[in-house]
Formats: sequence, structure tokens, C-alpha cells
Amino acid sequence: MSRRPYVQEVSRTAWFFKRPRYMRYMAREVTCIFIGIYTLILLVGLARLSESQVDYEAFLAALRQPSSILFHVLALAFSLYNSFTWFNVAPKALPIQIGEEFMPDSVVAGGHYLIWVALSLFILYWAGVFGS
Amino acid sequence: MTKSKKSNKPIIWGTFAAGGELVSLVTPVLILLTLLAAAGHVPAMLGYANLHAFAAGWFGKLAIFVVLFLSLWSQAHRLRITFYDFGMRADTLVAFGVYLIAAIGSLATVMYLARI
Repeated sequence: MSRRPYVQEVSRTAWFFKRPRYMRYMAREVTCIFIGIYTLILLVGLARLSESQVDYEAFLAALRQPSSILFHVLALAFSLYNSFTWFNVAPKALPIQIGEEFMPDSVVAGGHYLIWVALSLFILYWAGVFGS
Repeated sequence: MTKSKKSNKPIIWGTFAAGGELVSLVTPVLILLTLLAAAGHVPAMLGYANLHAFAAGWFGKLAIFVVLFLSLWSQAHRLRITFYDFGMRADTLVAFGVYLIAAIGSLATVMYLARI
């Protein structure tokens, strides 16, 4: 062993600022904070729904606070980033083999986008967003 | 011969994958729905009478449970890894904390649904 081994300093908390690739990785990682908090908000909504109409309507009124609107806008942006990055790696995570050949990456990723658009439109329609 | 130890990885990874898929597909549109409500345009289905009737049926209960259960466990698992990436090395403690929240959340979901 060398007497003065070269040790590259790696910061434990700020390592991801070093390269754009690491930054993109971390950007995807932090989406789970927003989606996690949003899931807890849904859980609170379900709790209020199970209590009474007054409680549930107080929950809906609480959603109208500026901080809630800001959180929703951020959460929407982060969740879209999470979805798109997931769809883009889907061909690697879910390779579909037909005989000797693998289904082209564009078909697997494209299929995910297609299902996502159709399902989102269906849920919006079901929720009555399009009907006035 | 060493006795082979059963791994809990498949269960964790199963919810991680199924949760990842489900969260990617439905979370953006759910956020859009509550964002509309936050902006003062409550979608018809999010009104008390409609949503209560939906959650009272078996299909509604199942849908709500699957979405909340998979979101809770997949995001808990991701959060555990995110903590590590930010330099927090107390993995056992973090894992205990995030999985505990997911477990309590799952149990609460069942309780709330049973009351509707």
C-alpha cells in the first residue's frame, strides 16, 4: 500500500451537486417526499369523509389556503416528473420478450404514456370535471 | 449446510414495483382533482354526497384501499432510500419510522373505510 493513498473526498450530504446526472437522480428521489405528503393529505380527507359532512367540508375549505395551493402546484410538477421518468425507464424494468425478440423500447414506454393519458382523462371525466 | 434464511425482499419489492406503477399512473390526476378543489372548483365527484356514496360501495372501498396502501408502502420505501442519499446513515431507525407510518396509515385506511 502506498504511504499516501489518494482518497477522494466525497461529501455525504452534498455529493449530488457534482454532476448533472446525480442532480437528475436526486430530483427524482425527492419526488417521493411530495407524493408521500400528498398521500397523507388524502388519508386525512378520508378520515374527515368518514366522520361527517361538516368535517369533510371543513377539509375541503382547508385545501383553499394559499400554502395548500402552493403545495399542490409543486406536488403536481414533481409527480409528473416522477411519472415521466418512470415511463421512460419502463422498457428496462419491464422488458417484454416475444419469441427471440424483445418488444422495442418505444412501444413499452409509449404504451405507458398512452395508458396514462387514457386513465387520467377517464378519471377526470368520472369526477365530473368536463361536465359543467 | 447453512440453513437458508427466508428473505422479505420479494414482498417489499412487490409493493415497490406495483406502487411505483400505480403512483405514476394515477397520482398526477388525483393531485389535479384536489388542486381544482383547492382553487375553489370542487369536482362533482369530490362533493360530500357523491364521494361518500362511492366510498360506501365495495368497488369504491377497494379502489381507495389499493391506492392508499400501495402509495403508502412504495413511498415509505423510497423515502428510506432518499434519507440514505441525503447522508442519513441510521438506516434501521429510518426504516422503522417510515414503515411504521405506512403500517399505521394502512390500518387507519381500513378503519375509516369500515366506518363509511
